[in-house]
Amino acid sequence: MDLHTSYLGLPLRSPLLASASPLSQTADGVRELADAGVGAVVLYSLFEEQIRLQELRDFEVSAMHEDSFGEATSYFPEVELGTDGATPYLKHLENCVAAVDIPVIASLNGSSLDGWSDMAKRMESAGAAAIEVNPYAVPGNLDVSSSGIEERHVEIVQTVKAAVGVPVAMKLSPFFSATGAMCRQLDEAGVDGLVLFNRFLQPDIDIETLEVHPAVSLSAPNEAGLARTWVAILRGRVQASLAATTGVETGADVAKYLLAGADVVMTASALLRHGPGYAAVLLAELAAWMERKQYATVDAFRGLLAVGTGVDASGYERAGYVAALTHAKETYGDFLIRD
Amino acid sequence: MATADRVTIDGNEATVNVAYRLSELCAIYPITPSSTMAELADDWAAKKRTNIFGTIPTVIEMQSEGGAAGALHGSLQGGALGTTFTASQGLLLMIPNMYKIAGELTSAVIHVAARSLAAQGLSIFGDHQDVMAVRQTGFALLSSGSVQEAHDLALVAHAATLRTRVPFVHFFDGFRTSHELNTIDLLDDEVLKALIPESLVHEHRMRSLSPERPFVRGTAQNPDVYFQARETVNPFYARTPGIVQECMDLLAEQVGRAYHLVEYAGDPEAERVVVVMGSGGETVEETVNHLNASGEKVGVIRVRLYRPFPVAELVAALPRTAKVVGVLDRTKEPGSNGEPLYLDAVAALSGAFADGTLESMPRIVGGRYGLSSKEFTPAMVAGVYAALAQERPPTGFTIGIHDDVGGTSLDYDPAFDIEDDQTLRAVFFGLGSDGTVGANKNTIKILGEDPNRFAQAYFVYDSKKSGGSTISHLRFGPHPIKAPYLVNTAGFVGCHHFGLIDKLDVLGLARPGGVLLLDAPMAAGEVWDALSRQAQEQIVAKDLQVYAIDAGTVARNAGLPGRTNTVLQTCFFAISGVLPRDEAIEEIKKSIRKSYGRRGQEVVRRNEAAVDAALEHLHRIEVPDEASSQRNPRPIVADDAPEFVKSVTAAMMGGRGDALPVSAMPVDGTYPSGTTKYEKRRISDLVAEWDPKGCIQCGNCAFVCPHSVIRSKFYPAVALDAAPASFESAPLNAAGLPESRYTLQVYAEDCTGCGLCVEACPVTPIPGSSRKAINLTDVTDSLDQRIENVGFFETIPHNERARVDFGTVRGAQFLEPLFEFSGACNGCGETPYLKLLSQLFGDRLTVANATGCSSIYGGNLPTTPWARNAQGRGPAWSNSLFEDNAEFGLGLQMASDLHTQLAQQRLSAMREEIGAALVDEILTAPQIRESELAAQRARVDEMLRRLEGVEGPMAEDLRSVADHLVRRSVWIVGGDGWAYDIGSGGLDHVLASGRNVNILVMDTEVYSNTGGQSSKATPIAAVAKFASAGKTIAKKDLALQAVAYGSVYVARVAFGADPQQTLRAFREAEAYDGTSIVIAYSHCIAHGIEMSKGLEQQKRAVNSAHWPLMRYDPKVRERGQNPFFLDSPRPTIPLSDYIYKELRYRMLKASAPEEAERLLEMAQQAVDQRWATYEEMATREAAQFLPDSRKKD
Repeated sequence: MDLHTSYLGLPLRSPLLASASPLSQTADGVRELADAGVGAVVLYSLFEEQIRLQELRDFEVSAMHEDSFGEATSYFPEVELGTDGATPYLKHLENCVAAVDIPVIASLNGSSLDGWSDMAKRMESAGAAAIEVNPYAVPGNLDVSSSGIEERHVEIVQTVKAAVGVPVAMKLSPFFSATGAMCRQLDEAGVDGLVLFNRFLQPDIDIETLEVHPAVSLSAPNEAGLARTWVAILRGRVQASLAATTGVETGADVAKYLLAGADVVMTASALLRHGPGYAAVLLAELAAWMERKQYATVDAFRGLLAVGTGVDASGYERAGYVAALTHAKETYGDFLIRD
Repeated sequence: MATADRVTIDGNEATVNVAYRLSELCAIYPITPSSTMAELADDWAAKKRTNIFGTIPTVIEMQSEGGAAGALHGSLQGGALGTTFTASQGLLLMIPNMYKIAGELTSAVIHVAARSLAAQGLSIFGDHQDVMAVRQTGFALLSSGSVQEAHDLALVAHAATLRTRVPFVHFFDGFRTSHELNTIDLLDDEVLKALIPESLVHEHRMRSLSPERPFVRGTAQNPDVYFQARETVNPFYARTPGIVQECMDLLAEQVGRAYHLVEYAGDPEAERVVVVMGSGGETVEETVNHLNASGEKVGVIRVRLYRPFPVAELVAALPRTAKVVGVLDRTKEPGSNGEPLYLDAVAALSGAFADGTLESMPRIVGGRYGLSSKEFTPAMVAGVYAALAQERPPTGFTIGIHDDVGGTSLDYDPAFDIEDDQTLRAVFFGLGSDGTVGANKNTIKILGEDPNRFAQAYFVYDSKKSGGSTISHLRFGPHPIKAPYLVNTAGFVGCHHFGLIDKLDVLGLARPGGVLLLDAPMAAGEVWDALSRQAQEQIVAKDLQVYAIDAGTVARNAGLPGRTNTVLQTCFFAISGVLPRDEAIEEIKKSIRKSYGRRGQEVVRRNEAAVDAALEHLHRIEVPDEASSQRNPRPIVADDAPEFVKSVTAAMMGGRGDALPVSAMPVDGTYPSGTTKYEKRRISDLVAEWDPKGCIQCGNCAFVCPHSVIRSKFYPAVALDAAPASFESAPLNAAGLPESRYTLQVYAEDCTGCGLCVEACPVTPIPGSSRKAINLTDVTDSLDQRIENVGFFETIPHNERARVDFGTVRGAQFLEPLFEFSGACNGCGETPYLKLLSQLFGDRLTVANATGCSSIYGGNLPTTPWARNAQGRGPAWSNSLFEDNAEFGLGLQMASDLHTQLAQQRLSAMREEIGAALVDEILTAPQIRESELAAQRARVDEMLRRLEGVEGPMAEDLRSVADHLVRRSVWIVGGDGWAYDIGSGGLDHVLASGRNVNILVMDTEVYSNTGGQSSKATPIAAVAKFASAGKTIAKKDLALQAVAYGSVYVARVAFGADPQQTLRAFREAEAYDGTSIVIAYSHCIAHGIEMSKGLEQQKRAVNSAHWPLMRYDPKVRERGQNPFFLDSPRPTIPLSDYIYKELRYRMLKASAPEEAERLLEMAQQAVDQRWATYEEMATREAAQFLPDSRKKD
């Protein structure tokens, strides 16, 4: 079976990617993922704001004691920390790039436009094959409108694209009023890939201690529907590559995403659950299915079950509305926009 | 002539800059004020900077200065070019090796930031006592008087030692030169190479030990030859002065700066000549120029080479017109016939007179100045010359103090001023934490960059580690600045914290017509009215221009709360106009990027934002014609303070200590206990506030409070009748006392707002809220009320010790702390242990305190925290040295044992007079529990009562030692620098002594007091000074070492993780009739944590098994049970969850991630293995442990 594919213009040996997770926190971890056959690795995200806050805290805890007592004008050696708190991430990125022969994609969560472009450039210099921008944020500010958020996304893509020569993908939240329009705007802004979708780690409440805890849960296959739907709809309607993520547990889940039209399928949960070597299992299951279905290449079946681009858009909306909708409902579940 | 780089650096950096480039090995050990030299050497080696020979010097930290000297000696004998840096007692510890190095004619240089010696008290400041104590070792002594000289003569010392084979001490004045920033020309490598030809290096190597050409050096010699052999070196010493001059001349050829062994300046026909050495020479020379310009005939001889003493050069330098020579020594030799430089000058001149070189003998007198960095000003110099003009000039005089006891001090006119009008002078008063000093260092560097400008800065620090103030003295102008003394009138005065204007004499330094910049936390229109009457009067009288800015708000808005430095720095440049405004702002930003760049972009961005926002908030304040304020600054101490505190301590607190006469000082270094309570520092607006309704009265907050500002009492409800309306109280929730009330009182004026109490509080009265039953709150508007409440609380009697359950944290809160309000850092991790010690055993406690943080916050004047109770009893405290603390404490214990035995003997001998029953009771009564101790005290009191009127030597003797019949508690206390390194040998010996002495090691895992240098307690993977690439050797397991003796009670505790276990360990250790050691985790600012999270971090240390809690009790083994108690649960978190909460570990992760990863793995392995060992030990049979083999009485 030929599992080769391409994503963001990068030729990949397989359509399965390891998405950002703690597994990529060490070069050895990345090597294990590569050994298991993934096509590329997306490193865990660099959160610019976190770095900035940490820098400030470090400054506070060290600077406030400096030059205040005769016997000790400082309490730490003058260690070359690199330029800032991003250095460890970038060094790690360099190490990972050197450790494996598959593309290593850096993931970035910026906090300012300068930060986005600056960090992206540094990731490119450190050897990132592509940058996945990840504007992960829960817009808790009630004064920010949806259009403001959308404009911000476009601005980020434009800024990062202008800053780097390597491809740029954006990992999106599923919570847009008009996800399709958002994707198209980003596509027009030049994004090379769309990653559907981000999952938000939402805090939980302990009813005994009455405390709020950060909750981490791994995704389950039944969560894949939403991403699959949007992949199916966007397939052929945007220039950007499509990466599907969320809810991969078996080779079948990978196949489903590819059938819906994904260029690549990403998983973190399955690998966290079963270990990095599980990528080989997923790929073997995919290959076995392809063999059974007699698909020699991934391209042979990719997008077979996408919402056809041949469908007239207005017809899709009006004349062919009912049939298409019914078909779509049957295929993808009952949550497409109703009229 | 070589071109030079111009830099503004301090004397330490100027010196090590040369020493490093000329050395192959630096054996180092931290000691103030020389530590910076060692730190820079270590830093450069870590950054792989090479010396002029193209190699990277090996920099090795040793366990003590004695160790550094030994390593130096060895490296020299091995043929390496070796050096070391030290001061004070450190140099004294090198003396044995110095004799060896000199006796073997070995080329070496020791660079010394000359410092006072610990005598009646320790002092970190500068004078020549240390270098004078090594003048007999055979080392040559070369003195530098300025930052430039320290740089240049460092080279001369290295060049001369290789040529002469005589080792050199190169010294300069501690703090005054070591810490003064001044603009200097750097020597480049070519100049260094020109003075140090490789052939000299090769000759040095050829003298080394080598099996290829073996010889024996270091023999033992007998009466037949030792004497002659000792005389062999004379020609080498005879040649040395000439060679040093040759080296100076070579340097002059290279760079144009000419130096001489002794240097005369002044009128060629001077009648009065001063001889002086060190930075004071600069002051004398400048004053001489001034005096001669006004018609006097005076001169000065500055001595640069002190050993071998340049007799001929001194004689030659003296104008033959001189009638009186005054020799000034910056040292004190009690009981001598004069200080050393004076005696040397007398010998030189009288010798010259005797042999005819000198035709007439001038009158020679000697005097002392400048001990412990006492100011030495042109006014004092003028006073000396005036005294020399007297018909019978005094000798043995002092200058700069008022000696009303010995009558030695000379008068002088403090108003005498010689400063160049073109030199601008500025003084800034700030708080340690606001960054004022750092910004001023940058300012002076910015100004010093201009090739047409010279700049100087010197900083004066508070003796408190928290909330202390700083005073920056800056000078800059078109001429080189030779003024090694503080600014006494400034054209610009910056007061960077509004409260300081009431505490210190801020305006006293302002020149009439000068500028005052005030950081005022109020609208511009309110500033004038907020000033005290005195301040207003001074401003009006001096016609000052006043500017104000609410820098705190500007900084806070820029996201830098508390860091007002760059805001005020911008204002300084804008007002002073010393640079064009735009240029100044660009330069400030450049220096921000340079200083803070390595700390991250956000730090830079916010500081730049603060600069940009500054000037729009700067306002000129209109000064009315007269003062209108009705407010007076509050008195420094309250009226009810003891007389000594009011007359002496308060003067020191108010910055007027210099004016105290000799008669005001105790003669033997003995000071009254418990004076911090008179120093209401009010360093925090945010103060702990008790919520009586939510409180469960657990005592945790009081237990962890590092500053003893949280006190608890229970009392009958009727006591509240007289309480102020705002006094808070709750029903006592202990069983058995239904009518009692409980109050947890916060001493608001003493609270530092550290927040540990909030962290320790287990209660959140309102579910879901972050509020606890104790919280930090702004008390600006309620302070008076709180002070009144404290006053009332103090009238409630302390709870009787016998009625309090010492065994619980809850009970311990009612014990009166006899260690209070120290100047330790906010949220200090050490002081809660000392407070506990004082609560549990304070009224019979003797403390031997190793030098370090605890001796500084525990014993640094003006005020000290060890206190006494209402009966007048309390901890007796002393600090001997850094290295000998265990031995010192053992000595105290042995003295106590001796006198206990003596008292028992005398008591037995007086059975009849006193009564057999009482004597037997006293001799046999147990004294472990508090009730038993109270009973014993009562018996001893009764015995003394019965002894009243009884005369005779036996009774007198008994009375003199009777207090020893109540068991004393001797504690040897110190940090890890002492226990793991410099005092390790002594500590080990005491552990092996079997004596009933207690040891408390407050382990911060670095040398905290000197600035965070690595010790053998520093854990693997942590970054510290001298371990900037991460500590690669595991921390010593001191607990297991002590356990190995079998006879030592051992505990490892962490009060933030398990206060109950801490309490238990302290009590068991004290009750154990043998040696006990408690090793106490002490979170520290040098860990790089928010100090308010110190307890959380202690828990992580325990939960990750970095700090397993344990106790080893030999008594338990005697009972046939396992004496090893593992008190912590199995590790629940990986080590990384603990260590990466601390900057000291994160720094390595940021600078060398792979190494950090490797060391983390090692560290985790070490932790796992140790845990396994401990767990195994905790399950052994008793017989598997060594028995306690001490002989039992």
